[in-house]
Amino acid sequence: MFEAFDALMLARIQFAFTVSFHFLFPAFSIGLASYLFVLNALHYSTGKPVYLTLFQFWKKIFALAFAMGVVSGITMSYQFGTNWSVFSDRAGPVIGAPMAYEVLSAFFLEAGFLGIMLFGRSRVGPRLHLVATGVVAFGTFLSAFWILSVNSWMQTPAGFEIAPNGQFVPTDFWQVIFNPSFPYRLAHTVTAAYLTTAFIVGGVGAYQLLRKKRREDRPGARTMFSMAMWMAAIVAPIQVFLGDAHGLNTLEHQPQKVMAMEGHFDSHPDGAPLILFGIPNSAEKRIDYAVEIPKLSSLILKHDLDAPLAGLDTIPEDEQPPVGIVFWSFRVMVALGFLMVGIGFWSLYARWRGTLFSDRKLHWTAFLAAPSGLVAVIAGWITTEVGRQPYTVYGLMRTAESVSPLSAATVGATLLAFIVIYFAVFGAGTFYILRLMKTGPKPIEDDRPDGPIRTAGITPAPSIDDKFIPAE
Amino acid sequence: MAMDLTLVWAGIISLAIIGYVVLDGFDLGLGMLFAVFPKRRDRDVMMNSVAPVWDGNETWLVMGGGGLFAAFPFAYALILPALYIPIIAMLLALVFRGVAFEFRWKTERWRGVWDLSFIGGSALAAFAQGVTLGGLIQGIEVDLATRSYAGGAFDFLTPFSVLTGLSVMIGYMLLGATWLVMKTEGDLQARARFWSWVMAVGTVASILVVSLFTPYLEPAYFARWFTFPSILFAGIVPLAVAATVVLLFRSLHVNHHDYRPFFLSLGLFVLSFVGLGVSLYPYVVPPSVTIWDAAAPEASQIFMLFGAAVLLPLIVGYTAYAYWVFRGKIDPEEGYH
Repeated sequence: MFEAFDALMLARIQFAFTVSFHFLFPAFSIGLASYLFVLNALHYSTGKPVYLTLFQFWKKIFALAFAMGVVSGITMSYQFGTNWSVFSDRAGPVIGAPMAYEVLSAFFLEAGFLGIMLFGRSRVGPRLHLVATGVVAFGTFLSAFWILSVNSWMQTPAGFEIAPNGQFVPTDFWQVIFNPSFPYRLAHTVTAAYLTTAFIVGGVGAYQLLRKKRREDRPGARTMFSMAMWMAAIVAPIQVFLGDAHGLNTLEHQPQKVMAMEGHFDSHPDGAPLILFGIPNSAEKRIDYAVEIPKLSSLILKHDLDAPLAGLDTIPEDEQPPVGIVFWSFRVMVALGFLMVGIGFWSLYARWRGTLFSDRKLHWTAFLAAPSGLVAVIAGWITTEVGRQPYTVYGLMRTAESVSPLSAATVGATLLAFIVIYFAVFGAGTFYILRLMKTGPKPIEDDRPDGPIRTAGITPAPSIDDKFIPAE
Repeated sequence: MAMDLTLVWAGIISLAIIGYVVLDGFDLGLGMLFAVFPKRRDRDVMMNSVAPVWDGNETWLVMGGGGLFAAFPFAYALILPALYIPIIAMLLALVFRGVAFEFRWKTERWRGVWDLSFIGGSALAAFAQGVTLGGLIQGIEVDLATRSYAGGAFDFLTPFSVLTGLSVMIGYMLLGATWLVMKTEGDLQARARFWSWVMAVGTVASILVVSLFTPYLEPAYFARWFTFPSILFAGIVPLAVAATVVLLFRSLHVNHHDYRPFFLSLGLFVLSFVGLGVSLYPYVVPPSVTIWDAAAPEASQIFMLFGAAVLLPLIVGYTAYAYWVFRGKIDPEEGYH
């Protein structure tokens, strides 16, 4: 049964594993960095202690998530060469530059100011500390900008020519960076990161509201829940709109991917149905047990009930993406998107009724939906990355020709090491994050710059664990 | 334009690599030295001395890899598969030590585990970097027709690459120990001074052995070091190393020199790096691929040069500022966490 696991398949599994694991952390920390900046700015301008309380709390979680994002990200910067050396050689002249810009403009910026943001408040004062927080948030956005430009170029290549030695050579870097799918992917992904964070913050807020004892609210619980629900109510509907626009862009440039997402094995000359559920049967080229709404797919994709839509039967067999994975991951993402919209509207209704902080059903739902953003972004990436197979550079370079000349044993052994170590180490980190979330924020009454030992002296006998959590 | 952009980029990548080695070198070395400083309080101080800057230090590693990918994609595509095992080992080791900065403050029961992960991760990362370096210096088998690595998975493993692996470990510990001399006081500093001395002896021995070994790996290296006229230029390097070593030992014997040992150790690393450059130039993948063979097309080089020219000085500026914010001795009472 191991014949299926040749070096190519193992290299793909390894890259998919390391990049999916990695992306969980930035998906969370991009939004969290901005949230920390907002909290810091609100504290700076209003002086209300609750914002500082929340800032210090989420800062600890950010530090953990960011550290895990950094170490798993360093791996990614080398995996292109270790696993995809042929691709690196050929595509390096084009995508190497935006990746170098990511390091120069984003990574150094984040790293340079992260230390000040985490440890330096007492050394630089609140104003510069606010600036440092803003710079870190801006750095995370810049990082997303460049790496999504690279990914988008691989999906919709532009601004290049192919040299005699097989290398892709840039002819116009403006076109390389702002390639056709980039603006859509950037907007969709960054918004997804904000939603991911909003639902985690909202979930923690809801949990703390559910846990309140003796009618006494836990510090900051209401504030963070309310802020998160505003984000859900406003940003989730925008995300549906952005996702739709991204889908239309994909239909234009990567029609096979949309066919797989929709489960359209056959062409529909007079209006294609929207398949809600079903089981893709790639061998028989049909969707078993399909539940479908006639003509709706044509309406969504072409804004016309009777518009013809081509199916995978128009695409040569060896250029088709695998349908099963793409069909399901797409549905998971969309379902979670609508769940978020639903929670956002529910929160608006509760707010209007004045029950935002007392509606236990809403709190339970928001608590259970805390990881929905993380699941949705991974499902979304699976959709777009599996959906562009069998290519690394869409239409031009196949995944099979991109792989490094390595033996299956070498790649298999390191894959095993990655799996064991990532689950053990990042599992522990996730446990520490969840424990912090469970404990919740500690109130900070005074607004003086942090003085850890003084605080420790005032607080009588804190538990060992709490004492060594970075409270500055 | 008279300027050779390939040379410029070779210079920038070299700077990124040496920047990485001297910056992350001391915090990897400090990680290994955890093993000989078992007291909890000492370890807290040691970790706090690098906690605000380690992330920035490791960014230079991403810059080295990313820069090589961008400016010399062919070299990147040859070196990484050839040195696959030490590079993956380094990446996994960096996971263990990187998370320790946060994790060890989050648990009492498992603190020992994360301290061990910090020590082991630092040691393996340093060793793997040294092995990678040795694997590159001793040459990589390339099939120029298919533009790919032609050797096997374990070709990198030779007595020479093990030697360079151990040498880098010892050298990093010298950087870590002298960093501690600079950043700490009292008993901790006195012991750091002792370990600096031990590691200085080890580093000098390592430099000697590696330097004697290297010229015999490739005829081209031998010619560079032992024939006229290049010996006139190359000969400056060992003389400068000798002078730095003398100054380093003198500074370690005098108790009021806190900063000098660290900066002299950095000097030793920079000179060793220059020595390497003398051997390797103009090859980026010895013995067959030069920097010009591997360079990205001019359009890519120019586009990136704009960014590098503007952003690198900025990076150096705000990195220096970050170090300035956290300057001076570590106050043991100032627990960051």
